[in-house]
Amino acid sequence: MVTAGSAATARTGGTAVAADSESAAAAAHTDGLTALAAASAVVDPELPFVTIAELGILRAVDELDGGRVAVTITPTYTGCPAVSVIREDVRVALADAGFPDVEVRTRLSPPWSTEWISEDGRRKLADAGVAPPAPTRTTLLTITVRCPQCGSPDTEELSRFGSTACTALWRCRACTEPFPRVKER
Amino acid sequence: MSADLAAYVLGIGDDALVAAQRLGELYASSPEMEEDVALANIALDQLGAARLLLEYAAELTGDGDEDTLAFLRGPDGFRNHTLVELPNGDFAVTIAKLLFLAAWQRPLYARLAAFPDERLAGIAATAGLESAYHLDHAAQWTIRLGDGTAESHRRMQDAIDTLWPYARELFTLDPVAERIGVTPPRAEWDEMIGATLAEATLHVPAPADVPDLDGRAGRHTPHLGPLLDEMQSLHRAHPGARW
Repeated sequence: MVTAGSAATARTGGTAVAADSESAAAAAHTDGLTALAAASAVVDPELPFVTIAELGILRAVDELDGGRVAVTITPTYTGCPAVSVIREDVRVALADAGFPDVEVRTRLSPPWSTEWISEDGRRKLADAGVAPPAPTRTTLLTITVRCPQCGSPDTEELSRFGSTACTALWRCRACTEPFPRVKER
Repeated sequence: MSADLAAYVLGIGDDALVAAQRLGELYASSPEMEEDVALANIALDQLGAARLLLEYAAELTGDGDEDTLAFLRGPDGFRNHTLVELPNGDFAVTIAKLLFLAAWQRPLYARLAAFPDERLAGIAATAGLESAYHLDHAAQWTIRLGDGTAESHRRMQDAIDTLWPYARELFTLDPVAERIGVTPPRAEWDEMIGATLAEATLHVPAPADVPDLDGRAGRHTPHLGPLLDEMQSLHRAHPGARW
């Protein structure tokens, strides 16, 4: 049997699941959806314009013997209240796709990183008014945070803690609009 | 080893749980809205870590689950350090408690992330990332208040002085930690607190007698009981209640 750890390493490597999400979303309303596609299309309850695959929360989907499916997720923050909703949404999505026997596993190692957010995910966050994190954590000190509304780089942090566990509250000095920003980690 | 590990995990889980409950009391009463959001987020992080740790502690002992541990123990059964059960006091006390706690949790979680037990290491690695924000937040407020007005300076120094004896408990002998090979991060704590207080123009208090309390052994202040009464009231009135 494949363990969740080895399956995730083999399958995701950080981006493989995310890369499937476009086709998964496109196929979401057709019959014969694979378990991976169904799980990949589940949206985040607090950021409903991106999927859990695009956010890097979805780590692996393994079809086991007898039609059982094991879905492995890594929560963004330990106290993220969205996790229980995500678990339930994954179960519902897979049941709808013909997989009623689902086990949702939580894996904490390695901890979730914003580096796992896909290119599509970053674009969708920005389109929805949420400034995406820097692509890598190493550039944290040199990044320019652009306002997702007007694109100005003249922005400032209002509070390191925002309306969700994974975002900080920022403001644009040019257009004066406040906006959330996903914190690097 | 397993019993010691369970006891150790329960102790650091109780620290996080009681800290979360105290911070949660402040919800909607902070001096500004951004601070409300910040303290609620920190409380949520602490609660998240507490749930993972208590769930693991219950699995290791094979007895109950996170809910039975959180809701069905009395004060004598809790193993948190007494620092986290102290009342919130004024805002300076709240910040000083968070500073002392985060300056301990941050380097401790960093150590535990390399601990041989994979489950504990995974929880610590995640919680440590969040703890860095808590420490930064508390340090920034300490500096702003300490190096602020005469009144804010006085209150911040009072808070540091009042809590100092309780902070020493973080580093008193913990036989369980010793047996599983975890030493408390004393040097990192001293350095972080020393640097923060210096920048805040506050002074490090003289060594104080540690109160005759030992949260890890179940010897608590009278403040823990009422905190648990409130936290556990719903579960006790409606056993097994679910949202």
